Amino acid sequence: MGTISLKNISKSFGSTQVLNNLNVDINDGEFLTLVGPSGCGKSTLLRIIAGLEQQTSGDVLIDNKNVNRVRASERDLAMVFQSYALYPHLTVRRNLETPLRLRDYNGFERLPLIGNFSPSKKEKTESINQLVNKTSETLKISELLDRKPGQLSGGQRQRVALGRAMVREPVAFLMDEPLSNLDAALRVHMRSELSELHNSLKTTFVYVTHDQAEALTMSSRMAVMIDGNLLQLDTPQEVYDNPSSLSVAQFVGSPKINIFKGTADSSGTISFLNVNLKRKSSESNTDLHIGIRPEHLEITNERNENTFSGTVAYRENLGSDIFFHVNIEDGSNKIIVRGLPQFTHQISNGSSVNIKRVSDKALLFNQAGMRVQFTNA
Amino acid sequence: MEAKQYIGEGWKHAILIIGAIVVMLPFYMMVSMSLKSQQEIQSISGGLIGAQETQTFPVCVKTGYSEETCTMKPYQYNYWFAFEKAPIPRYLMNGVIVTLSIFIIQVLVALPCAYALAKLRFYGREFVFSMVLFCLLIPVHGIALPLYVMLAQAGLVDTYSALILPWTISVFGIFLMRQFFMTVPDELIDAARMDGMGEYAIVWKVMLPTAIPALLAFAIFSVVAHWNDYFWPRMVITGNRDLFTPPLGIREFRGGIDSDEFGPMMASIVTVTVPLIVAFIIAQKRFIEGITLTGMK
Repeated sequence: MGTISLKNISKSFGSTQVLNNLNVDINDGEFLTLVGPSGCGKSTLLRIIAGLEQQTSGDVLIDNKNVNRVRASERDLAMVFQSYALYPHLTVRRNLETPLRLRDYNGFERLPLIGNFSPSKKEKTESINQLVNKTSETLKISELLDRKPGQLSGGQRQRVALGRAMVREPVAFLMDEPLSNLDAALRVHMRSELSELHNSLKTTFVYVTHDQAEALTMSSRMAVMIDGNLLQLDTPQEVYDNPSSLSVAQFVGSPKINIFKGTADSSGTISFLNVNLKRKSSESNTDLHIGIRPEHLEITNERNENTFSGTVAYRENLGSDIFFHVNIEDGSNKIIVRGLPQFTHQISNGSSVNIKRVSDKALLFNQAGMRVQFTNA
Repeated sequence: MEAKQYIGEGWKHAILIIGAIVVMLPFYMMVSMSLKSQQEIQSISGGLIGAQETQTFPVCVKTGYSEETCTMKPYQYNYWFAFEKAPIPRYLMNGVIVTLSIFIIQVLVALPCAYALAKLRFYGREFVFSMVLFCLLIPVHGIALPLYVMLAQAGLVDTYSALILPWTISVFGIFLMRQFFMTVPDELIDAARMDGMGEYAIVWKVMLPTAIPALLAFAIFSVVAHWNDYFWPRMVITGNRDLFTPPLGIREFRGGIDSDEFGPMMASIVTVTVPLIVAFIIAQKRFIEGITLTGMK
């Protein structure tokens, strides 16, 4: 079992409020990602779960037990740190053994030399060795066991740090941006490895990242945090398709969602630039933000009342896609449009293009940044 | 271009060589005088090791040894007589006991203090640290008298405790280790906490091993200072020759009824200095290793 509940968690450092009354329920075996821009309090929240930081108010429950007064080491959680935090003076094997030695040996058995006289120590050492060997085989680090962390590459250190967390078979893993020190290719590779690891361990993962791509690819649910507030907690697809607020929509998705200024008239008809939407807004007589993701815009040859035009300012070729940064004709917006290479390869910087939207994909937000629904009619 | 470079390098080396000579010359004199006879020393002749003629040494005879025992080569005489006249091994042992005790207790005190000042958040931490800095400004000689009076009141004059106790809390050590601990990433400490270590275990099992280079630097400062200290032992060791540290021991050779005899005196100084130089050379090697050892980031 590994359920974690956070109830009304607030945290302030002095007069700065870092976390603002958060409520999160993490299910057993779930891969939950805490994602948000740097400084949003996600790492602090993770440290509160770990017990390394004390919340100002609120409760942390692990397996329905209140652990507010339980020390970090007794919460049976394991943490993987951004800098890996391996003991630099110990070999990989000793790094992996350390949490087990501290858990299994009693004070006497940990003493150098005379500790070996304890009758039960041999048996415990045996089981520690087995666990270390098993873990290092799972992570394919068996051949590194006698090296020191200084002699390992970033990816190898990453694995060792994972191993040190795994040997204890904790109720949940806490990971604080574990991939951010790796190079881009390795990071993408480790994403899939972590997902596989999660599938085989079936343990709860709580994963902190500022990289929305990691959150989208790995998690079963993601919690988007901005400025100490939990804005949305849902599956990655739902967060992407159905963001609860403008900030979430802007944070999730790369390249960023395009935001147009528009209005809804008294009948709820929405218009922006020269375009009217077919669907109507549930809020009328108001200014709106209309969000359309780059892949829901197309470059087209047509020119009619449903298209608008602009000039290509910058062409970003990713091979599989080309993203066009387009200045809209009236000068109000700079937007990003995705194009498929086979249709758009001849378009260069400075050419003028017509842009059409894919229908039914626009998202509405009011002036406060909250989501506005379309009417069903 | 190349020739110019050589000239530039040549100048640098010339200056460094002059500096090295200035520093090394007293050591050369010391070693040389510990090998030569009194006549050669006084007439400044004989080069590095002198003629090494077998002769009978008058001071030795006056002290009460037979003429036969006192006939030997100067270098033999100097070292033999130095050890005869004063219990130098005893002094060396006292030096080792005192400097090691001081260093070990300093580490036992300074490491937890430095850890608390660098990594723990508690009310008044900045104040405590500013007091540490303030204490760095107090010269030892300024508080020597009150310290002596306190030790005397406690009946500790003429004991090892008098030599050791006043130096057990090294504010310099606390400061140095604190500065080093500030560079140790917090995540390492958090990882140790997650693994189940207590704060003391963190100090000794995580911080100490990572701090070896800084600790060695501190060891050099501490051991050199207390091994060579003359001022404090002179104050608190008033009568008991068994407690003399090496610098006090050297004083035995100064003056006296038979006028100054430099040979044995220099021999005793060489004996007292060599352990320190050897220790320093060993530590220096480890010191450089230590700097390259830290694979933290």
